[in-house]
Amino acid sequence: MSARPADFMLDPGSVRFPHRHAAHCESGVIATLISCYGHPLTEPMAFGLAAGMTFVHFPLIKVGGIPLTAYRMPPGYIMRGVARHFGLKMASRRFRNADEGMRDLDRLLSEGRIVGMQTSVYWLPYFPKDMRFHFNAHNLIVFGKEGNDYLISDPVIERPVRCAAEALKRARFAKGRFAPRGFVYYPASTAADIDLDRAVRKSIRKTVNMMLRAPLPWVGVKGIRRLAKTFAKLDARTADDHYRKMFVGSVIRMQEEIGTGGGGFRFIYASYLQEAGTKLGNPKLIAASEQMTAVGDQWRMFAVAGANFCKGHRGSTLGNVRDELLKCADMEEAAYRNLLRL
Amino acid sequence: MKKSEVPQENNVVFEGGFKALYALNEDGKYVVVPSSGWKVEETVTLMAVEEFRRLAEEARQRVLAGRSSPLEYHMYAQRMDLPVLAQATGLFQWRVKRHLRPAVFAKLSLGILKRYADALGVPAERLKEVPR
Repeated sequence: MSARPADFMLDPGSVRFPHRHAAHCESGVIATLISCYGHPLTEPMAFGLAAGMTFVHFPLIKVGGIPLTAYRMPPGYIMRGVARHFGLKMASRRFRNADEGMRDLDRLLSEGRIVGMQTSVYWLPYFPKDMRFHFNAHNLIVFGKEGNDYLISDPVIERPVRCAAEALKRARFAKGRFAPRGFVYYPASTAADIDLDRAVRKSIRKTVNMMLRAPLPWVGVKGIRRLAKTFAKLDARTADDHYRKMFVGSVIRMQEEIGTGGGGFRFIYASYLQEAGTKLGNPKLIAASEQMTAVGDQWRMFAVAGANFCKGHRGSTLGNVRDELLKCADMEEAAYRNLLRL
Repeated sequence: MKKSEVPQENNVVFEGGFKALYALNEDGKYVVVPSSGWKVEETVTLMAVEEFRRLAEEARQRVLAGRSSPLEYHMYAQRMDLPVLAQATGLFQWRVKRHLRPAVFAKLSLGILKRYADALGVPAERLKEVPR
């Protein structure tokens, strides 16, 4: 526990693995993994094609007593979405027995495979201690073993790291919500070339439908507005100032903090639109990318307002936070309406 | 966000590490930019960390006063709460809650204690005490 993250970093010169630093674990892992298996893919393309972006705020599902907020689709969604687009068969399995899961990993590595896996964040010793929460849907790549240490390419860490077998075992077999049960995956076939224009249109339609037309009030633009309303009511509903701050703090954490899966999803999506637009020579996509960038910037304004409220800055009220959030909703809606006219 | 706007504010939580962000370079093209952190993110992360610290400390006081079992302290010290600990051990929440009572905790079997030890990553012996 006392070791610093830097102690686990591998010297990049000694590692023959094309490690990539990514904003989000799942899209990062899947992009690097598929690239390793012969089909170059960037993180934004993986994220966008799989329609990984969303917004949900479920008042009834609670984490630590606070309603759940998420800015991206549930764990596993990006991997499945990318595999579907590329006609890729992913080999994957879970294990009842932890030792069996570790033996299987050693066998895969000895065959020269590079594998992705799901783990808890809490038990990974190379994570800074204050980033370690009981979040079980983290993803990383294992590309080798040296003595008792596994060599890991964790997309949210800037360099490859090492991790002792015992710790990795704990992280792979942590229990609780989203328990990974040793989930391990790798491409079992090569990716096919796809009709990019069609794939991009399909993926955008999917995201737009979810954000504008989901039949649930907690999802998409409707969900953002509903959350804004909740902020407005929070003053009346509870006199507990501490709860108000924890509530706002949690919404911002999910948006920003890596350990929660956050990481500037609107900018990843804007990057996707730009890359797709450049590849397809479609100026409408480029324009949409610029609009999505503005949306991302507005979410940052919201985060600033939220953090100011949490810190109890003078003059910072829940009303400010709500107003910024409503601007996010308006800008998102406009961006998706434009994407409809692609 | 432009590359020049990517926050480099040394988030203490990162312990010197970097986070990847997508931002526009001088040519208006999206690139990955390593960020040393943003105070906004630091604020909300530390809030969550501090909340567990506060809960653990309050539990510790209760344990020392004989009003709660050491399990409550270790639960919060390992950044868990009742639902998370119940899920991690596979026990019902009402059972875990019962085990937070000092008298019930004192009589726990070694098997159950071991389950808590595994879930919390704290040796069974240390589970029976709290730091003074």
